[in-house]
Amino acid sequence: MTGKIPIAKTYKLFIDGAFPRSESGRTFSVNNPEGELIANVSQASRKDFREAVRAARAAQLSWASRTAYNRGQILYRVAEMLESRKTEFVELLKSIGANSRSATREVEDSIQRWVWYAGWSDKYSQILGSVNPVSGPYFNFTVPEPTGVVGIIAPTEPSMLGLISRLVPAIVSGNTVVVVSEGESSLASVTIGEVLATSDVPAGVVNILTGDQTDLLPWMVGHLDVNAVDISGISHETDLTLIEEAASNVKRVISRQVNEESLELISDFLEMKTVWHPIGR
Amino acid sequence: MGNSNSKDESSLEDFGIEYASAIESTSLVNIKDKYGLFIDGNFVDSSSGKSFKTLNPSTEKPLSVVTEASSDDVDRAVRSASVSYEKYWKKMPGADRARYLFRIARHLQERAREFAVLETLDGGKPIKESRDVDLPLAAAHFFYHAGWADKLEYAFPQRKLEPHGVIGQIIPWNFPLLMAAWKLAPALACGNTVVLKPAETTPLTALLLAEVIRDVDLPPGVVNIVTGAGETGSAIVEHPEVNKLAFTGSTEVGKLIQRSAVKRNLPLTLELGGKAPHIIFEDAALDQAVEGVINGIFFNQGHVCCAGSRLLVQESIADYFIDRLQKRIELLRVGNPLDKNTDIGAINSLAQLERIDQLVKAGIDEGAEVFKPSCSLPENGYWYPPTVLTGVQQSHRVAREEIFGPVLVVQTFRTAEEALEKANNTPYGLSAGIWTEKGSLIHWMAERLRAGVIWANTFNKFDPTSPFGGYKESGFGREGGMQGLAAYLKNSGGNS
Amino acid sequence: MPTSTITFRETGSSIKVTPVDEVSLEARAASLATRSIKTTSKRAALHLAIRCMDLTTLEGADTPEKVASLCQKAKRPDPSNHDVPSVAAVCIYPEMVHHAVEGTEGSNVKVASVAGAFPSGLSTIEARTADIADAVKRGADEIDIVLNRSAFLSGDEQRAFEEIVASKDACGEAHLKVILEVGELGSYDKIRQASMLAMAAGADFIKTSTGKIPQASSLPRVLCMAEAVRDFAQQTNISVGIKAAGGIRTAKQAWHYLVVIGETLGTEWLSPEMFRIGASSLLNDVLLQLNRLDSGSYSGPDYVTVD
Repeated sequence: MTGKIPIAKTYKLFIDGAFPRSESGRTFSVNNPEGELIANVSQASRKDFREAVRAARAAQLSWASRTAYNRGQILYRVAEMLESRKTEFVELLKSIGANSRSATREVEDSIQRWVWYAGWSDKYSQILGSVNPVSGPYFNFTVPEPTGVVGIIAPTEPSMLGLISRLVPAIVSGNTVVVVSEGESSLASVTIGEVLATSDVPAGVVNILTGDQTDLLPWMVGHLDVNAVDISGISHETDLTLIEEAASNVKRVISRQVNEESLELISDFLEMKTVWHPIGR
Repeated sequence: MGNSNSKDESSLEDFGIEYASAIESTSLVNIKDKYGLFIDGNFVDSSSGKSFKTLNPSTEKPLSVVTEASSDDVDRAVRSASVSYEKYWKKMPGADRARYLFRIARHLQERAREFAVLETLDGGKPIKESRDVDLPLAAAHFFYHAGWADKLEYAFPQRKLEPHGVIGQIIPWNFPLLMAAWKLAPALACGNTVVLKPAETTPLTALLLAEVIRDVDLPPGVVNIVTGAGETGSAIVEHPEVNKLAFTGSTEVGKLIQRSAVKRNLPLTLELGGKAPHIIFEDAALDQAVEGVINGIFFNQGHVCCAGSRLLVQESIADYFIDRLQKRIELLRVGNPLDKNTDIGAINSLAQLERIDQLVKAGIDEGAEVFKPSCSLPENGYWYPPTVLTGVQQSHRVAREEIFGPVLVVQTFRTAEEALEKANNTPYGLSAGIWTEKGSLIHWMAERLRAGVIWANTFNKFDPTSPFGGYKESGFGREGGMQGLAAYLKNSGGNS
Repeated sequence: MPTSTITFRETGSSIKVTPVDEVSLEARAASLATRSIKTTSKRAALHLAIRCMDLTTLEGADTPEKVASLCQKAKRPDPSNHDVPSVAAVCIYPEMVHHAVEGTEGSNVKVASVAGAFPSGLSTIEARTADIADAVKRGADEIDIVLNRSAFLSGDEQRAFEEIVASKDACGEAHLKVILEVGELGSYDKIRQASMLAMAAGADFIKTSTGKIPQASSLPRVLCMAEAVRDFAQQTNISVGIKAAGGIRTAKQAWHYLVVIGETLGTEWLSPEMFRIGASSLLNDVLLQLNRLDSGSYSGPDYVTVD
């Protein structure tokens, strides 16, 4: 009887709204705790990274110039879609070793986190911006703006909640991102990419690469068209001299607890712009 | 007797606009023969015994001898700041920290003229600028931040407020006292202690500020001021007990500091170079725009990181505007910085003068046309006339590199899109200027310009309540305003 | 206000009027006022201020005696010091013109008469041009009229323009100064426009104020007008003079005006042919300052004549 052999998913990269394989043709395997193969996952190369940055840059201005309300709507819609695929994510997390309860909890927390950040889209400016009482006949205000293209080293643990905790605060303000996921957390990352591909998030806003974070880290911090990097997810053993090259274009380098929920994470990926204008007749 | 005009008037000088000299008196200023390092509340000698001279750039004559801090001296200063943090500053209520800052502000106001004259002597900037800009703003910065010291929970609600501890601060030579104020005031208001290094060509006002700090009885070690050049700076940057760094200066040095800090995960803020576009639309208030452009590039001899150094003027008015600009430049008075009528003072150092000269020559080699006014320059001292380069292409070095001198490069544009594209086509992003009478265009441009400070129908305005700082390679972190406090508290958002 | 144009009477060509930003304009004026005028420059400035002065009396209570005395002072401001030059003109009502002509006879001091329903300008253009022609006939060298603000501000710039043209024609050989009454115009943009309109219509001078309302001349207003004069000269090759009037009482104020004019228009405007200060009490302060420079000690009001 046909239909009994499950069709395994191919885990590919997510670049510019599409799911290409790595140009290198390489993959790495992800196994379950019992050592059985779950999937062969595309292993991104530096050229894939370059393509992803290109896509992120191309998408950035138009994503940032959407209204805050619209970005909020689009991101809330993603949460709805995550909710509808809850079971899939629970199963996925279980497949890489979580028990049923913790998997369910992580998925629920992830959706909640997504909703929480989505709701900030039209609010953070009001909290972080200001009208400044300068000493003179000038109207002076400060508004936050997205930094631009952000590279994110996704936390490996917790794989779903970790990525969402880094990703959404970056894109809610209009940044576009290139995420690099590693190991078994790649499964959740790629699956989130699949959700995004069918959502209203424009192509290129989120690009997800799977591969070796330590290999790709120097390319990320050295890329002159990446404005900020979030290295919160790097492993403790990573040689930090690898990130020196961030100075080549004065990148913003963010390193925080991986599992936070706070407004400060949004402000990590913001620039403050201050505008002066005289008040006169 | 007839008409009174028949009296021979040739004996009377005509009133022209070559005004008689009006030199500010230097009698208020008492420059010592030698200055020590300000560590733990006292002026002390260096362990190495090394020192260097500081010159008056308008005469090339030495003003004083200043101690060069060795890495041992920096270590002493950091330890003093560290002890002082634990012993006094960390425990002190914000309201009391505020009292000290208010006192510093008042002392600066009371001794403003003395500071202004000293600033002009040591740095070469016109007395009217040190008197009317640097000093009032420096005092205002202490006043503004004093008030924050006991109100930080309102700036960052729902957060644990924790200072970093010891902050290392390195400041440039273009606004020596003002940059010290920008750095010290928020750091102290937030409860940190400081080791500050002024630039080697302009240490004197920071050292006079050290006297003020001693006079107001700030607990010893809360502020330490160490003088020296790059090596002293490196010693601060590399010191393991410094918990956060703040640097204002060139992008080149900023990158070196970031390299060092980033691999140690050390909190850092950088305020670096710029190549600000100054965009003039055809419907602008052109006379005021001319003044804005003049102020934008010739203020402080163009030694301003946010200087409006790239003029982008709409094609339809370009000839008219450049003609007006050149006529206006003819009126600028270059000379003795102590003369109250001087508009452009001395270039801060020989090294800077050579750099400016070299870049302008490169511009001419690349095909730019050069305009310099007919003004004469004094014989001694470091001088560069206000200069305009036209016929400049986006790819020319002078259009891309920061000159940090009184040199304006001019390009034209046809549409707002083109202006924007040229304006943003730079690794820098500190400031930008826009002149148009059309409100919606101002906002359209302001929203799209990638720069931290946008001056619309004005330029080079500063205020302690107004956050200042760059995008891209112009640095990160803000100084001034509520947003400027963030860098001086742990985990308070912005770039750590 | 967007860039606009006004048609030049002589040639029919368009004159461009640039917008003005209030805050920057005032900042520029304030910065010019920080020019430090000392020693030889101060003496030269004080002398020039006197040479550019229109010594004015425009009171209902003016008498021939008062005008005679004004003329005496105009010719010889400091009887004890022959270095002190005479002023540019005396400025009076038409009724007083022949007294002023008598009083200034044999000197270079000009006679300027307000005319044309001064200070409101609100009578028929026929009545106003008749008034002008009458003052000229009585011997006035210069005629100070007002801009019809009512027409100008209500949008009928054409009428305001034509009335100046008619006034200019009525002047004949006499010089026409058009008073804009800047304090009533409401903005620098309007001052700029009114300046251009008056010049395009044929004014030889544009003048700030009647002195009859509290808002009169100020440094930024004169700066705004001077920039218009400069633009007009550039576009037409015609140099129009400027007269600042109203509220100028101290020598220091006077040299601030000279600085503004000199640095905006150039030194060729620093002469009585191109710049005037209309004032009544200023002269004595200038004389006190000159005494101070000469003697090295501070003088007092008893050492200069009241009129």
